[in-house]
Amino acid sequence: MSNSLSEAIDKRQQSWRSGLLGSQTFWVFIAVITASLALSMATDSFATSKNLYNITRNVTFVAIIALGMTMVIITGGIDLSVGSVLCLSSMVLAVTMHAGYSIEVGILSAVATALIVGAVNGALIAYVGLPPFVVTLGMLSIARSLAMVASGNTVVFEFGPDHAKLLDLGGGAWLFGIANPVVFMIILALITGFVLRNTQFGRYLFAIGGNEHAATTTGVPVRVIKVAVYMISALSAGIAGIIQTGWLGAVTTNIGAGMELQVIAAAVIGGANLAGGGGTALGAIIGAMLIEVIRNSLGLLGINAFWQGAFIGGAILFAVLFDRLANFRRSD
Amino acid sequence: MGLAAGGEGWLRLAVLELRHISKHFGAIEAVKDVSFSLEAGEVIGLMGDNGAGKSTLVKMIAGNFRPSSGTMLMDGAEVVLHRPLEARRHGIEIVHQDLALCNNLTAAANVFLGRELKMGVGPFKILDYKAMYRRAAEIFTELKSETRPRDLVKRMSGGQRQAVAIARTRLSDAKIVLMDEPTAAISVRQVAEVLNLIRRLRDQGITVVLISHRMPDLFAVADRVIVMRRGTKVADRKIADSSAEEVTGLITGAIETV
Ligand SMILES: Nc1ncnc2c1ncn2[C@@H]1O[C@H](COP(=O)(O)OP(=O)(O)O)[C@@H](O)[C@H]1O
Ligand SMILES: [Mg+2]
Repeated sequence: MSNSLSEAIDKRQQSWRSGLLGSQTFWVFIAVITASLALSMATDSFATSKNLYNITRNVTFVAIIALGMTMVIITGGIDLSVGSVLCLSSMVLAVTMHAGYSIEVGILSAVATALIVGAVNGALIAYVGLPPFVVTLGMLSIARSLAMVASGNTVVFEFGPDHAKLLDLGGGAWLFGIANPVVFMIILALITGFVLRNTQFGRYLFAIGGNEHAATTTGVPVRVIKVAVYMISALSAGIAGIIQTGWLGAVTTNIGAGMELQVIAAAVIGGANLAGGGGTALGAIIGAMLIEVIRNSLGLLGINAFWQGAFIGGAILFAVLFDRLANFRRSD
Repeated sequence: MGLAAGGEGWLRLAVLELRHISKHFGAIEAVKDVSFSLEAGEVIGLMGDNGAGKSTLVKMIAGNFRPSSGTMLMDGAEVVLHRPLEARRHGIEIVHQDLALCNNLTAAANVFLGRELKMGVGPFKILDYKAMYRRAAEIFTELKSETRPRDLVKRMSGGQRQAVAIARTRLSDAKIVLMDEPTAAISVRQVAEVLNLIRRLRDQGITVVLISHRMPDLFAVADRVIVMRRGTKVADRKIADSSAEEVTGLITGAIETV
């Protein structure tokens, strides 16, 4: 008995340690810290309060959408339309407010737009059975086109009577001097983490990604959950769009272009498994941090911005490779 | 073997009756006009070659497939089981041939998949990890399995995985337990445990349908054997009146029907 007990404790400690060392989120976090320290020493411009402020706010928009993307990826899906949905929601918000409606109406319209787009994605994927890649690629094009139609492809920078409120929403710091986007990101990350870990819905996301057939067989309402997860993903893009609009103070029809890559990179670098069945909210945030630190450092180190795509793409490939290697060792 | 619930001299009501059940997938007729009834506390061996339609038949009973035609009755009343949830509500549990497990989840999460224990008020319900771990541990102990509730299924042996799938059937007060080749991938000792479990279920008055290719298993626990061949039922015999040779002949078609 005492033997098996000490054995059990031994195993617990081993699994705790191997859990941490085997955790991608942990290593990415170490990478973020190391890169930040190195950059503070190598450049004078990294550790300035202005640059850190910029970094934190840039992180938030990618991070918020990466939370939704992580949920989609956990089910084994992908959502390529998030950048365009961000643009469309921002534009709906901007156009509505520009037309003289209140900020509440504007936000409601933007959120409703995002949810409708997500529902269309989800329905085509779950009920018609089209591949997520194809459906959301189509939506990537449709949503941006609709944003152009809605605005006549102009820049909107006047938001009607509630103009100041919107700018304050995105640019203010209502809580202990912390920038609002950061506060929203933290709240949304906590909610996502809670949903993934503690709710039946979260459990079903992992079940679907782990073995969709088994989930269906045991009575998990797979289709309903899938529609919901694409709605959540679009919603996260819509929320990011609303906050970003307030922060930038203007909406153009090319905002969020190519953002899906950064978002997917953040989720995957943060440990979301593209094959489905794994991912965390914390990982999404830390993944987004690494992406932004890479982006930022390229600028500070005087490396041509054209290299950005190569680094972010390389980081995705590295993360997937890391995952493959970790699995390979485990299955030995 | 004479201990079947009900005893002699009772008029036993069928817990489940199938009337002219058929199922086709496109042009494939997987199950053709099958009728039989199951009584409380009976163990029925369902035999047949690969592709005979056994899995399709039990999946219809478990609510995974809708029959193309025919009716099902429970305790004399017609039931429509179009979803696994509805079948469970009627007291029907199943161990699927492919086990239907999610490798990325723990043993406990798999046992409770689709019917998680929750706590909280109103719509604000959260997963009750503690209760699920506790109940799963109890069931594994009952099954004499060394499976640990917190272990991930992907790290488990064939026997442990089978135990997880079987444990699902113990979550509710089942009336009927369907086992689709539950002993296909496990050790001799574990087979004995599964057979013991089947006997314990029977002693509680639970009806068990056992699909197995292992003739010794069948003769060890079954009261009755139903043989299927190419989608149709070719025999429905008391075990006491049959023999391994006869059953083999019926499966292969060497014996047409009895
Ligand atoms: N989901 C399905 N779609 C199409 N055909 C199926 C499906 N399930 C089973 N079948 C077919 O039905 C027949 C019976 O299969 P099954 O019930 O699995 O047999 P058994 O369990 O006796 O080996 C086979 O020909 C099989 O290919
Ligand atoms: Mg089968």
